[in-house]
Amino acid sequence: MHDATRTIKTAYLARVEGEGGMLVRVKGDEIEEVKLNIFEPPRFFEAFLRGRYFTEAPDITARICGICPIAYQSASTQAMEEIVGVEVGGQLRALRRMIYCGEWIESHSLHVYMLHAPDFLGYPSVIEIAKDHPEVVEQALRMKKIGNEVMQVIGGREVHPINVKVGGFYKTPTKAELETLVPELEWGLQASLDTVRWAATLDFPDFEQDYEFVAMVEDGLYPIDRGDRIISSKGLDIPISAFYDHVAEEHVEHANALQGRLKERGAYMVGPLARYALWHNLLCDKAKAVAEEIGLPKVVNNPFKSIIVRSIELVEVFNELLRLIGEYEQPAEPSLDCPPRAGTGHGVSEAPRGTIYHRYMTDNAGLITDAKIVPPTAQNQPQIEDDLKQFVGKFMDLDHEELTLRCEQAIRNYDPCISCATHFLTLEIERT
Amino acid sequence: MADLPKISVWKFSSCDGCQLSLLHCEDELLALLGRVQIAYFMEATRAEVAGPYDVTLVEGSVTTPEEVERIKEVREQSKLLVTIGACATAGGIQSLKNFASVKEYTDIVYAHPEFIDSLETSTPISDHVTVDLELQGCPINKKQLVDTLLAVLAGRRPNVPSGSVCRECKMAGVSCLLVGKGEACMGPVTHSGCGALCPSFDRPCFGCYGPMDSPNTASLAARWNELGLSEDAIMRAFRTYNGYQPAFREESIRHA
Repeated sequence: MHDATRTIKTAYLARVEGEGGMLVRVKGDEIEEVKLNIFEPPRFFEAFLRGRYFTEAPDITARICGICPIAYQSASTQAMEEIVGVEVGGQLRALRRMIYCGEWIESHSLHVYMLHAPDFLGYPSVIEIAKDHPEVVEQALRMKKIGNEVMQVIGGREVHPINVKVGGFYKTPTKAELETLVPELEWGLQASLDTVRWAATLDFPDFEQDYEFVAMVEDGLYPIDRGDRIISSKGLDIPISAFYDHVAEEHVEHANALQGRLKERGAYMVGPLARYALWHNLLCDKAKAVAEEIGLPKVVNNPFKSIIVRSIELVEVFNELLRLIGEYEQPAEPSLDCPPRAGTGHGVSEAPRGTIYHRYMTDNAGLITDAKIVPPTAQNQPQIEDDLKQFVGKFMDLDHEELTLRCEQAIRNYDPCISCATHFLTLEIERT
Repeated sequence: MADLPKISVWKFSSCDGCQLSLLHCEDELLALLGRVQIAYFMEATRAEVAGPYDVTLVEGSVTTPEEVERIKEVREQSKLLVTIGACATAGGIQSLKNFASVKEYTDIVYAHPEFIDSLETSTPISDHVTVDLELQGCPINKKQLVDTLLAVLAGRRPNVPSGSVCRECKMAGVSCLLVGKGEACMGPVTHSGCGALCPSFDRPCFGCYGPMDSPNTASLAARWNELGLSEDAIMRAFRTYNGYQPAFREESIRHA
């Protein structure tokens, strides 16, 4: 067998958002090739944003991804607000953070229980888990529903919310409307603590990597809705306007998504592991305490344990929502006036799956002349390919089916969003 | 299990939001799963059951040569084919490329245009195969999706009301943004289904559900003109999430 070429291949990877596959080609003990194929069709957002009015960007870019529209709405509004010279602060900013917390709850509980957990529990999907353990799935759905309700109350609906605009919101909720969410949020906080304890009992492959973790800086808060700098665990510390000075986007033949690499050091990781490694100190006391209770170190280098860190982030955002609702006072005006202006603006936020970067240029009439969007999965792609290479190298003796499943799991560790990235997956492991 | 109706869910060019709407039916999902067999749904499961399928949901538009072929295969395997969302029913936001040059678009976004295999147009599913039912919206209304699935499973005709967003505003008691505040609302020409969502948030409708049956787009455009909207702004309003749907397409061309 060690002389034959072995191919590990999944033509169409399931339980990820969007379309992609993977191919690993092994000859003897040598890994010849690792490819994350992204065949999600190109949709050309950056091209057709040109000529659109600047206030249209939040709604148009939301359509890049049905899973994390708020990530797009937050980064694009931040960029446009920079251009027009408006700072959204106070309770309007708090509402932006609240709706983003809702998106994290919806996305993280979907990924933890419905997309990632089946790999650990040996089921093809949550549908089969529901047959054996309906109470687990009922809890997952109830958690996810709370996230969606937060998005509905503040944003109008969970997929492509309609209430976020450049300068603020169309209409702000009353304190009483937000307070209706409190009992379920209190239940969700307890459920998320239980989720951390459950996730800690799963079996994890012995696999650690020396990652460069990258995440944004959000003045004294765990990074979620808006950043002004980007830092890394290996010394990167830049204002967001310098993003393209440090990150190169490459176009490779096997992917309709551009791959992001640091010019200085190559592949890097964004997402829950990165945020946790860099900003553990800013987690709420409950999140810190449960991490300590399960013995989780302050830096997690095993990507399979991202399911635990995602659960800790669920604790964080349930707690954060309760805090923000407690402090909320309805603002006098729902938005600030934003007359058009020529300029360049940058926006960064932390999508559930990692840092997202936007840059726009506008003319005097407020029309967009250039748009650049770098989604999290595009940045994680080179690191995912490297994880696969290292993982197959270490676990080459596993039988084909088990190795294929584990490689798929290694990709799902990143909660990849392929719809975003092409703006990504099929597993093929070829062994010769 | 083998006797339960088989449901398949397919993705073409799209954002995943409409198929995600199915997973967002938290209250109905477990009950629904007890009544059907999920035979193909890649976003949710790696298990696959061969066709034919009793009900097929299709999300997304056709933008690549591979999709042209795949939709034919999906149709052949499907007894009832339901398209969900603006991409599948009208070509979606990516149909903005139908009004431009794909080569130019590819050059803007990609360093190696030769790696990209994309058709000149983004087209609705009905341009390629016979569609049995359509649910409009960017995204669809998940309650309409559940109602439609339940109707189909019960063998009755789904109740998807036609008419405009205006009618939903009246039913919801939302005061008129166009008449009352002179705002450029698309409600008079936009298909109902959202429950007057935007107007109830003090936001004029922006047409994400696409055109209603027989919309009077010209009359609305004339009114917007009186309100001071530029020709370019009118063109853009019709040419966004459902811009390739004939009624909106033709109106946008009149203002281009």
